Amino acid sequence: MAELSKNDEPQVATPNVSDVEIVDAHSDEEAVRAIEAPVERGEPILQVRGLKKHFPLTQGILFKKQIGAVKAVDGISFDLYQGETLGIVGESGCGKSTVAKLLMNLERATAGEIFYKGQDITKLSGRALKAVRRNIQMVFQDPYTSLNPRMTVGDIIGEPFDIHSEVAPKGDRRRRVQELLDVVGLNPEYINRYPHQFSGGQRQRIGIARGLALNPEIIICDEPVSALDVSVQAQVINLMERLQNEFNLSYLFIAHDLSIVRHISDRVGVMYLGAMAEIGTDEQIYDHPTHPYTQALLSAVPVPDPEAREHRDRIILTGDVPSPANPPSGCRFRTRCWKAQDKCAQEIPLLAVPERFKGEDTPAAHESACHFAEERDVVHAA
Amino acid sequence: MTIIEDTSPAPAGADSFSGPLLDVRDLHVEFRTRDGVVRAVNGVNYDVSAGETLAVLGESGSGKSVTAQAIMGILDMPPAVIPQGEIRFRGQDMLKMSADERRRIRGSRIAMIFQDALSSLNPVLSVGYQLGEMFRVHKGMSKKEAKAKSIELMDRVKIPAAAARVNDYPHQFSGGMRQRIMIAMALALEPDLIIADEPTTALDVTVQAQVMDLLAELQREYNMGLILITHDLGVVADVADKIAVMYAGRIVEQAPVHELYKRPAHPYTRGLLDSIPRLDQKGQELYAIKGLPPNLLRIPTGCAFNPRCPKAQDICTQQVPDLLSVTERDGGELPGRSSACHFWKETLHG
Repeated sequence: MAELSKNDEPQVATPNVSDVEIVDAHSDEEAVRAIEAPVERGEPILQVRGLKKHFPLTQGILFKKQIGAVKAVDGISFDLYQGETLGIVGESGCGKSTVAKLLMNLERATAGEIFYKGQDITKLSGRALKAVRRNIQMVFQDPYTSLNPRMTVGDIIGEPFDIHSEVAPKGDRRRRVQELLDVVGLNPEYINRYPHQFSGGQRQRIGIARGLALNPEIIICDEPVSALDVSVQAQVINLMERLQNEFNLSYLFIAHDLSIVRHISDRVGVMYLGAMAEIGTDEQIYDHPTHPYTQALLSAVPVPDPEAREHRDRIILTGDVPSPANPPSGCRFRTRCWKAQDKCAQEIPLLAVPERFKGEDTPAAHESACHFAEERDVVHAA
Repeated sequence: MTIIEDTSPAPAGADSFSGPLLDVRDLHVEFRTRDGVVRAVNGVNYDVSAGETLAVLGESGSGKSVTAQAIMGILDMPPAVIPQGEIRFRGQDMLKMSADERRRIRGSRIAMIFQDALSSLNPVLSVGYQLGEMFRVHKGMSKKEAKAKSIELMDRVKIPAAAARVNDYPHQFSGGMRQRIMIAMALALEPDLIIADEPTTALDVTVQAQVMDLLAELQREYNMGLILITHDLGVVADVADKIAVMYAGRIVEQAPVHELYKRPAHPYTRGLLDSIPRLDQKGQELYAIKGLPPNLLRIPTGCAFNPRCPKAQDICTQQVPDLLSVTERDGGELPGRSSACHFWKETLHG
């Protein structure tokens, strides 16, 4: 499968698998050792290359026949560096949550590789996979359904220790859980309470404490604050930033709220219909977007400033996102793009620094998958 | 279902009425539950005129939706009780009307758009049938006439190929299209007032912009009053004329939209504005309002916001602040502005 993907359509120009420092591990032992080795701050900790997830569409009851596939994630590549926050934005159905599940190894990738410290986690098993899982944790969107209502907070936060007992020996667990509660700003005496006794913001703190329990290196946050009220949202965002500094965590922060993503992220990737449209630092993406989809997305965000509304460049897209089972040929965005030309229907634009900006020292020189990439400021009032 | 011949929809004497379209006065709503009395709405006052957009802003549990449901007359009573207050529509108190009179207003004079279009539409009936129901039930039209009207309406809300899609079912439409159908349904009988309860919360930003633009355009065209209920400070800034901020069942601040964002007169509004990150610049640490929204079974004494307020003093825990007009430093009037804070002067003038 993986070999296949390398020779597949050249959707991804950079980065390649070739620039990943693959650690050759011939035994479980060696793999575990590689996984437990520390990574310097600013070095890539997670490298995703040509990742695909296609969900089959079948017909028939007894004799199932595949009639197509929903291409939820269709060849994306990116790096996550140690200690940084990479924001992933996109509309519903663009595949951002599927990416999260793939990184957690909760879904099997159709093709592509996910290198964690040079180990391809899509191929790992046994002890090595268990070690990876300890280091990559997740915080979920809905604080109501992601906590078991029949378990106490202590049991919920302590459950990871059942599987990874080396982190906290049995007698020590209660103390560890109370420490974790304290870290996320909850009263340690609440250890015997049940989830329904907490508000939405407090429950999200419990979810975060559970994510921290095993001292992970990476936390994947799938819409962690979208279910919370504005005043509570700020508390949780501040908590997450504090924890990142304290425990030297790397975040993959998935959200649809572009203002929050800008606030928390060092770099931002914009997804559209299973592919990465544009990726760069927060300044590059928000102040100097070059992909028309990013520009439309940013211009559609309602800004809490009525003065600015008259002076902002607004792009209202027509139509809806096409079905991922049958994405448009060439550029996926062309059906809604005002710049689309014949070339866009025939050639898939590569995610690369656009030719015209290459070598230039400008914030517009970042990776953007558009044949006609050009800078347009849609965020600031003219 | 009873069929009401509705040939003269407006209440008698309506044409001569010149005050606000809807005037809510000192409205209280309580829920009598096993655990005690939940005071969801504690004396709300607001009004909307024709062609005006009032945004009601608040977090979950602030009473913004319950107020709307009381206006529509769709509260479940019991457990809900309205112990006091008036809801005047064109000068007439709807709370004193008979059930029949209210039903005639509901849907035809005042219509509502709900947040979740998928669960508000019946999944086993075609959208054309559900739209046509408005005309069949309220106007006594035939099936054929109603269907023609439905297609016309779907065109109005810019659903492409309306004639071909009129027999489709809700699940065959995207989220944005379903919300358009909800808007079409609310518009069907050309109401005077539309109440939109979080109409775009479930939609993506690009679709949200389309739907809000459509709603604003139709409102201008029909000169309707619009009450927009939302928690999103961004959406409000785009469309509202005036804003009422709710907290724990009360309005804590009311102001024209530009004024509110520029100079809030209540610490809660200021806290909300400061706690949202900005799109156009990378900020420092976010300001966070401390604590949690109050439990409506046990609303704090005095000002309900006092346990979370950075400005709170002794008087705030003892005396409920009234919603009073605020003025400039030199006493100059600020039309349409009011605040329910003992220290509004300090908040407004810094």
